[in-house]
Amino acid sequence: MQLAVWTYEGPPHVGAMRVATAMERVHYVLHAPQGDTYADLLFTMIERREKRPPVTYTTFQARDLGSDTAELFRAALAEAQARFRPEAILVGASCTAELIQDDPGGLARTAGLDVPIVPLELPSYSKKENWGAAETFYQIVRAFAGPHAPPPGTERPARLADRRPRCNLLGPTALGFRHRDDVREITLLLARLGIDVHVVAPLGATPADIARLGEADFNVVLYPEIAGQAASWLARSFGQKATRTVPIGVGATRDFIAEVAALAGVDPVPVLDHETSRLPWYSRSVDSTYLTGKRVFVFGDATHAIAAARVAAEEMGFTVVGLGSYSRELAREVREAAKRHGVEALITDDYLAVEEAVAALQPELVLGTQMERHIAKKHGIPCAVISAPVHVQDFPARYSPVMGFEGANVLFDTLVHPLMMGLEEHLLAMFRDDFEFHDEAAPSHLGATAAAAPAASSPAVAAAAPVLEAAPVWAADAERELRKVPFFVRGKARRNTERYAAERGLAAITVETLYDAKAHYAR
Amino acid sequence: MTAAAALAPARGGCADAPVLRERGQREVFCGLTGIVWLHRKIQDAFFLIVGSRTCAHLMQSAAGVMIFAEPRFATAIIDERDLAGLADANAELDRVVQQLLARRPDIRLLFLVGSCPSEVIKLDLSRAAERLNRQFAPGVRVLNYSGSGIETTFTQGEDACLAALVPELPAADETPRLLVVGALAEVVEDQFRRLFAAMGIEAVDFLPPRRSTALPPVGPGTRMLLAQPWLGETARLLESRGATHLPAPFPLGAEGTTLWLHAAARAFGVTPARFRDATALAESRAVRALAAHRASLAGKRVFLFPDSQIEIPLARTLARELGMRLIEVGTPYLHRGHLGPELDLLPEGTRLAEGQHVERQLDRCRADRPDITVCGLGLANPLEAEGFTTKWSIELVFTPIQGYDQAGDLAALFARPLDRRTRLAV
Ligand code: SF4
Repeated sequence: MQLAVWTYEGPPHVGAMRVATAMERVHYVLHAPQGDTYADLLFTMIERREKRPPVTYTTFQARDLGSDTAELFRAALAEAQARFRPEAILVGASCTAELIQDDPGGLARTAGLDVPIVPLELPSYSKKENWGAAETFYQIVRAFAGPHAPPPGTERPARLADRRPRCNLLGPTALGFRHRDDVREITLLLARLGIDVHVVAPLGATPADIARLGEADFNVVLYPEIAGQAASWLARSFGQKATRTVPIGVGATRDFIAEVAALAGVDPVPVLDHETSRLPWYSRSVDSTYLTGKRVFVFGDATHAIAAARVAAEEMGFTVVGLGSYSRELAREVREAAKRHGVEALITDDYLAVEEAVAALQPELVLGTQMERHIAKKHGIPCAVISAPVHVQDFPARYSPVMGFEGANVLFDTLVHPLMMGLEEHLLAMFRDDFEFHDEAAPSHLGATAAAAPAASSPAVAAAAPVLEAAPVWAADAERELRKVPFFVRGKARRNTERYAAERGLAAITVETLYDAKAHYAR
Repeated sequence: MTAAAALAPARGGCADAPVLRERGQREVFCGLTGIVWLHRKIQDAFFLIVGSRTCAHLMQSAAGVMIFAEPRFATAIIDERDLAGLADANAELDRVVQQLLARRPDIRLLFLVGSCPSEVIKLDLSRAAERLNRQFAPGVRVLNYSGSGIETTFTQGEDACLAALVPELPAADETPRLLVVGALAEVVEDQFRRLFAAMGIEAVDFLPPRRSTALPPVGPGTRMLLAQPWLGETARLLESRGATHLPAPFPLGAEGTTLWLHAAARAFGVTPARFRDATALAESRAVRALAAHRASLAGKRVFLFPDSQIEIPLARTLARELGMRLIEVGTPYLHRGHLGPELDLLPEGTRLAEGQHVERQLDRCRADRPDITVCGLGLANPLEAEGFTTKWSIELVFTPIQGYDQAGDLAALFARPLDRRTRLAV
């Protein structure tokens, strides 16, 4: 059993819903109790979809248990088929139905329906949402592309010289972080390279489109968490190579261009010579000097966390002080990335562990999910959202991809927005006692309501902080002096000073101790 | 409407009207969702759901957007290892509770809340509660109830929670005391307390209380008014402890509030003059507030999907005080005993539906083309996209709408979506 306040991922059947909802002409019959219908609101409210997810829930009740839950499933299946006439029906169980073992797959196979059935086995007590999405997508790809696979060992024929190279875009789903806009951005980028997009899947694909996947020359894996498994099956079955670079950030987009150009046999130079991102110049402009070395903590799904950390370090000039992910499936990749940034990776799906890490590191900026937004708000630290799970406000009306060159522009704005402007920060340091312009005011462009009052130390921090024997006491003048340190580094200054004093066995912290500690840690 | 008119409801209504009973997909929350308001109401209580990742995800999806402080609820997520053997699951639960209480030393009352998975694997939470009680008494009291979706629908979770509190209530004697049952916003509680005081009823308690250390007493002198229509089991247990139920419509709108207060007045021998003195001013304020919205709502056709069980009292208010026309009034469950006085007041011929087959109900809704549709969050945007004006039903549970001074707010909840339609030119 695991104590969870918030969860980064839903259960695996929600992953299956993300795939089903993204696709066209597919229906999902889910054996589940009534409360599980909450999942519809993720799509209709958070993503503001105009249609209900194509899901029929059996909504069995206690009185059905042990008697006719299987019959209920059969009836729901037949009704869904008659009403929606889909090209394919996915069937599966949520956590409760998994326990009653009605075997939806078996029931559906024997139901004699005139529609392809894709049975989903998604273990709810060991797996989570992204795994469920990946498995569902893989099963659908196998079911519909499988029959078109050449015999094993068949050499992939070379592309005819008069046909433009074409690829599939794999991984975008419903409820994905900026998936819709990423698809458009990458499609445009590929078009500039002279590469056609054959099928985008699952987003917008029908089962018939899935059947055509093997016709593309190669696959672009936009979201490895979701499409990795299907892409490696396509590689084995159709000899289709797949991209490994996720084009988030200017550097990664350049790498991606080189990678797809090689896969497609086209010349990347014309596109690389006419980059359309403003990020490189904006980052070099003098105003951005103040970004230098800002300490940033990054957490999210593996793809977005790794990418955001690279952008933060190489393209914004920040210092990555923490990098983590809830994607255990890609823990190895996150650890490798963390090593490059010289930090220890935090692989956890425990929100409290992430909060502890943030509290201990006292970063100046947090890049994370909606959970980290809560954490950062509580600790008075600026935050930008770079990964799912997200709230409704992270499905913006405007075009805002995070991939490709436009995505890099979006990221530059996203990462700078929560911070103080360069000169504003300096003025605060000089005149922090001005009654209107004090350092607990929010950045001026965020308005009064955004003022993030740093919360009193949270229970998590209180519980996590080591109990120091006879912790040093702050003298009143030292405490006053500490108030003069800008708030976004004050927490760190306090901790450093206390550690410095404790290590030296000092009973009291004076103004001198404060500056001694500052000098000590500045080395 | 005057108090006198309100006190003489026309008999008949929908008491014997046929009810459309449907079975199919139910698009409703499970009882766990009640925790969203209960954990804010009882300030030293914590709700530990013993369930799956689905349960945890439901809670954050239903509540996530509304909760900015750390919530006083969490989920002990059952995993594979727990399923391997029940002895382990119990030990694991004890460990999680220990971890939780160490983190939250402010907690005085801990609810272990059962879910579908905990019930299907027959994890005995009442035994677990007993065991943990021995361990943590007297600092923390541990109780249990089920909010599972196979047994409870949305607001029935509050019923199950309050029912679990009933055996804990101290005993009271024959002295008459009024007990108001059902979570209400604090502002509404305070208003009711003032109104009762003005009638001379001073001994008034509310269940649930704001703190678990201030549980109201119950006994043969207890006269109980239900503030919410979903408290069947709680009321039954209170009655078994000697309380007398005062049947009344629910306190929505001016008329409903007057009739509800009047049930208490009658039980406590308040004279008609004193009752009028106590309520007339607030009642006329409510009538004025409602009148302000009547112009935009009268004649509008409303369709209510089943959600919280507040649908029937709500429909009564919309029809009688705002002049709206009821197309269909759905409810997840119809408690005839408690809803009797409401059914008497509903316009004759109202189409009542109990249970749900969501696809067929949507077909009816599309065919009826109501002016406003009350429905859950999963249906609202898709219906809006089809051109229907909707009101999220969850707001009727999460916002204070009871009592005289909230009658206008209740009407505004319905007027706003219609107003919005007329403003938007895109
Ligand atoms: S319906 Fe059951 S399994 Fe689903 S969230 Fe509610 S209690 Fe949990």
